[in-house]
Amino acid sequence: MSKKRRSLVRAAFSAVTLVLTMLLLSGCGNYMVLDPKGPIAEKQLDLIIITTLLCSVIIVPVLIITFVIVWRYRASNKKADYKPEWAHNNLLETIWWGIPIVIIIALAIVTVRYTHELEPSKALASDKDEVVIQAVSLNWKWLFLYPEEGIATVNTITIPEGHPVRFELTADSPMNSFWIPELGGQIYAMSGMSMALHLQADEPGTYFGTGANFTGEHFANMTFDVNATSEEEYENFIAEAKSSPETLTAESYEELSKPTEKEEPKLYASFPNGIYESIVTKYMHEGAELHEHGSASAGETNGAATADANNADSEDHSSSHSGH
Amino acid sequence: MLDNIKEFASEFFVTGDPLIYGADASIVLATLGIVFVLTYFKKWGWLWRNWITTVDHKKIGIMYILAAILMLFRGGVDAVMMRTQLAFPDLNFLEPEHYNQIFTTHGVVMIFFMAMPLMFGLFNIVVPLQIGARDVAFPYLNSLSFWLFFAGAMLFNLSFVIGGSPDAGWLAYPPLSGSQFNPGVGMNFYIWGIQISGIGSLASGINFIVTILKMRAPGMTMMKMPMFTWSVFAASTTIIFAFPILTITLLLLFMDRFFGAHFFTLDGGGNPMMYINLIWMWGHPEVYIVVLPAFGVFSETVATFARKRLFGYASMVFAMVIISIISFFTWAHHFFTMGSGANVNAFFAVTTMIIAIPTGVKIFNWLFTMYKGRITFPTPMMWTIAFIPAFVVGGMTGVMLSVAPADFQFHNSYFLIAHFHQVLIGGVVFGYFAGLYYWWPKMFGFKLNEYLGKWAFWFWNIGFYVCFMPQYLVGLDGMTRRISVFSDPNWTGLNVVSTIGAYLMGIAFLFQVAQIGYSIFRHEKDTTGDIWDARTLEFSIPSPAPEYNFAVIPQVHSRDEWWEEKERRRRGEKPWQLGPIEPIHMPKNSAIPAIMAACWFVLGFGLVFHWLWMAIPGLIGVFICLYARSFSAHKAEYYIPVEEIERTEATLRGGAV
Amino acid sequence: MAQSPAHGTDHHDHHHAAGHHDPQDIKLLGFWIFLVTDVILFATLFATFIVLRGGTDGFETGAELFNMTGVIAETFLLLTSSFTSGLAVLAMHQNKVKPMITWLVVTGLLGAGFLALELIEFVELVHEGATLQTSAYWSSFFTLVGTHGVHVTIGIGWMISIIIQILRRGLNSDTKGKVTVFSLYWHFLDAVWIFLLSIVYLMEVM
Repeated sequence: MSKKRRSLVRAAFSAVTLVLTMLLLSGCGNYMVLDPKGPIAEKQLDLIIITTLLCSVIIVPVLIITFVIVWRYRASNKKADYKPEWAHNNLLETIWWGIPIVIIIALAIVTVRYTHELEPSKALASDKDEVVIQAVSLNWKWLFLYPEEGIATVNTITIPEGHPVRFELTADSPMNSFWIPELGGQIYAMSGMSMALHLQADEPGTYFGTGANFTGEHFANMTFDVNATSEEEYENFIAEAKSSPETLTAESYEELSKPTEKEEPKLYASFPNGIYESIVTKYMHEGAELHEHGSASAGETNGAATADANNADSEDHSSSHSGH
Repeated sequence: MLDNIKEFASEFFVTGDPLIYGADASIVLATLGIVFVLTYFKKWGWLWRNWITTVDHKKIGIMYILAAILMLFRGGVDAVMMRTQLAFPDLNFLEPEHYNQIFTTHGVVMIFFMAMPLMFGLFNIVVPLQIGARDVAFPYLNSLSFWLFFAGAMLFNLSFVIGGSPDAGWLAYPPLSGSQFNPGVGMNFYIWGIQISGIGSLASGINFIVTILKMRAPGMTMMKMPMFTWSVFAASTTIIFAFPILTITLLLLFMDRFFGAHFFTLDGGGNPMMYINLIWMWGHPEVYIVVLPAFGVFSETVATFARKRLFGYASMVFAMVIISIISFFTWAHHFFTMGSGANVNAFFAVTTMIIAIPTGVKIFNWLFTMYKGRITFPTPMMWTIAFIPAFVVGGMTGVMLSVAPADFQFHNSYFLIAHFHQVLIGGVVFGYFAGLYYWWPKMFGFKLNEYLGKWAFWFWNIGFYVCFMPQYLVGLDGMTRRISVFSDPNWTGLNVVSTIGAYLMGIAFLFQVAQIGYSIFRHEKDTTGDIWDARTLEFSIPSPAPEYNFAVIPQVHSRDEWWEEKERRRRGEKPWQLGPIEPIHMPKNSAIPAIMAACWFVLGFGLVFHWLWMAIPGLIGVFICLYARSFSAHKAEYYIPVEEIERTEATLRGGAV
Repeated sequence: MAQSPAHGTDHHDHHHAAGHHDPQDIKLLGFWIFLVTDVILFATLFATFIVLRGGTDGFETGAELFNMTGVIAETFLLLTSSFTSGLAVLAMHQNKVKPMITWLVVTGLLGAGFLALELIEFVELVHEGATLQTSAYWSSFFTLVGTHGVHVTIGIGWMISIIIQILRRGLNSDTKGKVTVFSLYWHFLDAVWIFLLSIVYLMEVM
């Protein structure tokens, strides 16, 4: 039996070693979250490192103690003490209530500070102009609107490096989540409301963007490229988009918003004024019109009422609503 | 006419996928096989009398566990299929539609139809024996709970071959799960499968609270209860506060889908965010509902196999109570990214971290139970020890996830997937396996083969790390959950490794099946009833326990009463003074629970397809059953005479005591 | 709802010292815990209503459509029925079977009156155009008030079964236990209605 056990243990160890080697080999590439390209992702990485270290203060000793205790007090080790009645010790128990409490307090302080600092609806301090991009989750592609430039794109965005970008997010589909791991964390894109997310790229490059919350059949195809470029190239991009033969109209939006399996990146020279706002308020207006009682004022009260309802379950919601 | 039937059938049955035809064929064959075996060996009466109508908590427990193992198989096959697709995303082993159904059913089956019944199975088998009771407080209700679970599970699994499976994720967020984006019947199966079994869970929660509060042996005060019983009490209390929220949430989703109401719709003033809040107000406590009993199991095994008293009993109880209370105040950490604002996020981040404190204390107490003990390593103890590193690391990533701004980078990624699998497998599954191996001799009177058990153990453990460690990394590399295809070549290697791990766990499961099969024919018999030299009352009676459990109920003086009793006997002191055997008062079998659950099934099936002609008779059937019970309940008991008890005891103990 | 093995009275004396558990006591505790779950159930529905009361979708709310006279009559009927169910329990404790059944029947009739008025109220609302499909406000209104109504309906059916059982088997500890538990349930429905009245109706109208 002991021979068998030893061979089992050896098999286990070699398997674990094999896996670790494979992981290291495949891990040569840079992990997006661990390789930030903007200030938000950088701070989030700092926070990840701080929390990992704080947790390790407790985790590593526990793992070692576990191994030592299990090894030392195995029944076959007759030299070890045996105290079957020993089941209580105030000092020890105070210590291990105390240590986690201290660690968690430290962690809580860090978390609360960073939660306020990294609140995604907070604009980034910068002396450069802020770029605004409105993102709409559709089944199954992303529509991006550049309200200041009057252009629109599908499944691709270009941003000038070093400029803060304000993303305004909504959905004309089930709830999605907008995530560019190398630039910073995600925020949900939901129908009927507009959420703000501030990010910035500090160096040029093409970054991976994705929808992160499942929206149905071809959700996996909801990825997009984020090109961070110099200011010049950004201007070129705007010019290129403006000269695109395609324009987004109310009708072509209607067509675009229908479910499609996969959409290639696309540029639109223009889009109808106020289309983003009309997507956000789509269900409010339609809903109000369905009833005879609906009037312009009814639509308005309704909008306010929905905002109220949102506030009921999250007191601070208004701060993340764009002020339309 | 024939065309009509054909058209109906092509919509009613799921068609067009060879995998499903294979499943259809195997279901039909398995059913025919079972019917044939039962008829050939004339076992229908046995099945009806001994199992279907039973109100014996031990048999109900066994049925729960059997169902849970079947569901573990189904959920596991789902998992292996998903991993296969992800290792070779370009081969299109699964179409996206199919993949989406599979990850949905994997989650639902594993939580509702695997973890929950395995948990209730252990509750049923252990709690009455551990507190010195003859049954649970409400044996009839207990049987009803099981059959409701079973009806719900069958209804849900039927969606695989009839009508189509749900495909909106295991918690089915609207509007994706609403009729606007999900008009098929799959979501209806989801709602009614879970709703029916959820009512059963709620009833079980009530049942075990009353059992523990009212049925304990004389002398067993609350602070002398075995720790597993405490964990059941904590979990059951959490159930009665959490499950009504689930009931209502599913009811409202049903109202939206069936009656066109506007709770969670985009139009009509509905609020999908409310669903997400409600489902997690149930969902987060649910996680603790399943993990607390696992903590209870570890507390039992660690003391037994370290041959030492459980360290810090009072701390352990206090920690468990705190965990179940705080578990109700952390739900929003599942959606930090909803933009609730910094204050809300900070609040829920901190409450979540606080849970780590009592959990950490429990780990220390287990470690110091082993400290200065004499540890042996049979399979239940191996699972217990394997749990500690798995859960500690899983707990650490959990704390990392609770840091709201960092969660923006982890949320919905494979980092999250790796985390919750690590705590659910490393905590819940390891715990229930430990419990299953530990109490198996008590259930069946023989021990499971240790050799095969150790093979299963190592395959599970290695597979577990091989599967989930790469997922942390691929999550940090931006891979999100619920995608069936991807184009980033960096993810391929990690996904292949992860898939290998999944297959290793699949092999481990086969080892366990082999272990059970082998042990049925060749095993070590548990002749003493106390095969582990354990500490609590359930080991003071023969294995398997007689239907009345205790011929005479002992007087309890201390926490480890059976251990103390054995010590007294070893020292030659006066053993237990058990009173004379008296006639034992037992509940009679009842067919009503199984029939009522069948009516629920008919009701649920009718509502899934919007067939009121079917649903209404089902509902009427439910009420007829309630009436029938109300009128017959007072006749539902009998007495076992003293001679019979003496006879049984003599056979079971081989005339020893 | 008589879910336990209702232990008959005549067997009580046989209980061994260890079988010290009083079956009626156990049932009562079980029922109290069931009521806790029902409280959570209603609390969830109340929370839903409060969150969704703004989701009017431009349609009128209860403030314009409620017929408060009917609601106050409903309240009166239900409160009185709670009182008469208390009288029934009182009569039961004095072992007066006939008065007890009479009070139970009165309770049932008052409950039926309540249900009738509620149905009339619902029908009127539907005529005004307020249905489950109208808006989130009305969805949550009908679900919340309707769930209470379903509870009352089940209560009446349950009470009928208890009356029949008492007529057949007389008063014993088993049937007495059923009446006690039923009256608990009925008082509970009364308490829920008070919350309904204040949160759904009065706060809306005032």
